[in-house]
Amino acid sequence: MPAADGSIELGGGASRRSRTSGGLALGRLFPSASSAGLKTAHFKQPWLAAGLLAPQLLILVFFFFIPSYKALSLAFVQVDPFGGIQIFVGLDNFLALFASADYRDSAVFTLWFSVVQNVVTLGLAGLFAFATDYVIRGRGLYRSIILMPYAIAPVISGVIWAFLFNPAVGPIAEMLQAIGIPWDPNRRPFDAQLLVIIASVWKHVCYDYIFLVAALLAVPASLLEAATLDGAGHIRRFFAISVPLITPTIFFLVVMNFVYGLFETFGVIDAMTRGGPAGATNSLVYKVYQDGFVQLDLGSSAAQSVVLMIVAVVFTVLQFRALERKVNYGV
Amino acid sequence: MVGRSLTLSIFCHAVLLVGAAAVCLPLYFALVAGSLTLSEVQQTPFPLLPGAHLVDNLVAAWNEGNFSRAFLNSIIVTMGIVVGKLVVSLLAAFAITYFRFPFRMTAFWLIFVSLMLPVEVRIIPTYEAVADAGGPLRWVVGTIGLGGLVESLTGYRIETALQWNLVNSYAGLILPLIASASATFLFRQFFLTVPDELCEAAKLDGAGPLRFFWHVLLPLSRANIAALGIILFLFGWNQYLWPLLFTTGPEMQTAILGLKELVPVSDAAPAWNIAMSAALFVMLPPALVILVMQRWFTRGLVDAGK
Repeated sequence: MPAADGSIELGGGASRRSRTSGGLALGRLFPSASSAGLKTAHFKQPWLAAGLLAPQLLILVFFFFIPSYKALSLAFVQVDPFGGIQIFVGLDNFLALFASADYRDSAVFTLWFSVVQNVVTLGLAGLFAFATDYVIRGRGLYRSIILMPYAIAPVISGVIWAFLFNPAVGPIAEMLQAIGIPWDPNRRPFDAQLLVIIASVWKHVCYDYIFLVAALLAVPASLLEAATLDGAGHIRRFFAISVPLITPTIFFLVVMNFVYGLFETFGVIDAMTRGGPAGATNSLVYKVYQDGFVQLDLGSSAAQSVVLMIVAVVFTVLQFRALERKVNYGV
Repeated sequence: MVGRSLTLSIFCHAVLLVGAAAVCLPLYFALVAGSLTLSEVQQTPFPLLPGAHLVDNLVAAWNEGNFSRAFLNSIIVTMGIVVGKLVVSLLAAFAITYFRFPFRMTAFWLIFVSLMLPVEVRIIPTYEAVADAGGPLRWVVGTIGLGGLVESLTGYRIETALQWNLVNSYAGLILPLIASASATFLFRQFFLTVPDELCEAAKLDGAGPLRFFWHVLLPLSRANIAALGIILFLFGWNQYLWPLLFTTGPEMQTAILGLKELVPVSDAAPAWNIAMSAALFVMLPPALVILVMQRWFTRGLVDAGK
């Protein structure tokens, strides 16, 4: 935004000066606030602008702000599922939530699931991106194939992997059982967790891969050539030059992988394990849905939503930090 | 050209072949399973080559899951999301970058804040909002006393007119998914990079804002619109949680929901052959889109950071 601030002094000057000279110093106090992100050449029809903004703002008010406000307010009351009776209970919902062993288990699972998913996804995507950057023949074909899962819904990824690892009919489960592993995600919690991770990673590697391939392409060839003259090999060049230069992209992807793991794996879990066995794959988002829609425990569900909201806000801030850094480094 | 080594080349090809196989094999097994009969799919060892019943299974799955209706629903909802979100976002981004008006920054922050909370964390209140979209208006009408006034004058109760239940309607499936400002934000970023001279020239030529928008800004944004349209298409087609909550009957189901219904649960006959053949045609439209329009899509995705 600093660029926009600088250009304001040049262009929008005439109207600004007349207003500030009228004795109103507000414009000088908050110079960027009033015209940040405004084009130097702009129009001044407030009613037309309001009309253009109206659809977006109306939709946001009805389907974003009112629901978000309700989610916040519901977290502090006790509601019975059938009537409209609400009793203000303060932080009781939160205290009950944090005291509940189920919730802590769910949080622990979500955390380690997100971390493992993140590391594996990024590692595989990095390996594929490095290889794609290196090979010459067949690069486009490899890229098209590895991209495919982007088009596939998390639920479908879940359904396909649930089939492959189905203990009764799945071909991969058959192989595992043939070598003596008693594979059964319906009974063994760890199997179920592994299954959810596999399906989530399979669906998401392509996303990281696209970004890493683009970032590696943007690494200046002159730097790599200079390193070659200094005697650095391919692997050394990758880790000493490319990786540091694409750190902003990697940071951005770490944040996005967490967002994906937290919020978008609902479909995978619902298709494969429904949170089971015995809550072993009950992620935080899946639990909000379970408690709110299946068990109708609205107060607890709302409190869980608020916790997730805080997490989501933190990740959004991090994501924009990452985007900013990306711009600054010019990669 | 930087020097190359043969071993590393071979290693890289091997890595990529493994990656490509990891992507293709699950899809291939889905195809195989989709072409078997119910008894063949249960046999061990699992057959490695497709059977002869793919078409039978496709037809059976299509009818059993009521996919004629589900595909129609999916197409309407997806198109509604794509077109709706693009139109709403383009207009809002245009207003925010090209107009000086009171509360401009307030409007910007209101839109920006909505990027922060994904749909998943506010599902229950949003469900209520969709089930009773007229609720807030009734509250306003009641609070300012307009309802009582109108009723005493005309005998007509505004409150009864403001009962909108959007559950099981296309509006209920589409509108909440448009209610995030990611696209608005992207178009704003793009508009900020458009040269100022274009707008000045348009103004000198006597073009009003709408004319400038239609004849200058929209044609310039074509690449961004295409890229974002593809991403939104995939987003809309692959929606699961929303339609799961907001539809109760089979007549409003989307294709993804129809597929999920066909997946065998533990105590039913394991009709995985039907489920897998359904998976094949449910993922076909997004797969085609991504294959045909890959160039637009990858560029747009990286630009968007979405």
